Amino acid sequence: MVFLFYFLSAIMIICALMVVFSKNPINNVIYLIVCFLAMAGHYILLNAQFLAVVHVIVYTGAIMVLFLFVIMLLNLNKAIILRKSTVTRVSAVITGGIFFLVLLAATRQTFEIHAKYPFASDFGLVSGIGKVLFNEFLLPFEISSILFISAMVGALMFGKKDV
Amino acid sequence: MKEISSAIQLIPLENYIGLSVALFSIGMMGVLFRRNTIAILMCLELMFNSVNLLLTAFSAYHSDPAGQVFVFFIMIVAAAEIAIGLSIVVMMKRNVDSVDINLLNRLKW
Repeated sequence: MVFLFYFLSAIMIICALMVVFSKNPINNVIYLIVCFLAMAGHYILLNAQFLAVVHVIVYTGAIMVLFLFVIMLLNLNKAIILRKSTVTRVSAVITGGIFFLVLLAATRQTFEIHAKYPFASDFGLVSGIGKVLFNEFLLPFEISSILFISAMVGALMFGKKDV
Repeated sequence: MKEISSAIQLIPLENYIGLSVALFSIGMMGVLFRRNTIAILMCLELMFNSVNLLLTAFSAYHSDPAGQVFVFFIMIVAAAEIAIGLSIVVMMKRNVDSVDINLLNRLKW
């Protein structure tokens, strides 16, 4: 189990770095899909089976296909040379590294995070999530459908030719 | 199921915090690093997903299903955001015939 955690984490970190540093947009999307599949494995390790399935369906099934479709539609499949200046790129890497160190030090130094024993192993399934979702969070669930409608209308309005 | 539930007892929560912080930093570095707007949207997805992983880890370690419901809502918002963002990219390609983020600087000053 511990080996599986480190294996999935290494895949995720390497693929995330390749998303940033690879030039071809198609390769970026493929690396991001691999990263998301590894994250679904993490969800299964964390006993969140419902989230793992939803993650695979929504992210790798819908969002990444949307990315690939837009790349195909805009004919971006060749490596286009769009580079920021060297100073900006080096400072971006330094900023990311320093941000990582600061956040890591802050979370290590602030307080002890105690896990609550014993672990419950059944609330990550569909029935457990569904009970919470349709009892306590029913109103936000309905409001999110309005959000979806407005996002769809907005995407259609942006997609029209003459606005 | 019992075997899987013993997995989170073997891995300390600090490992998940470190992994999420690393992913968030990589995503932020990518937003600063790239000029292609679609790549910037992909790095935004990385940052979203690191937060999702952290919420799920806290939810699992505290035996509280509300965190996983929040991850579900974040996925909904991310899907809406990506639909809007990609349509903005399509409109930008149609108007200025490029996906370079540096061309969108008219609101800068």
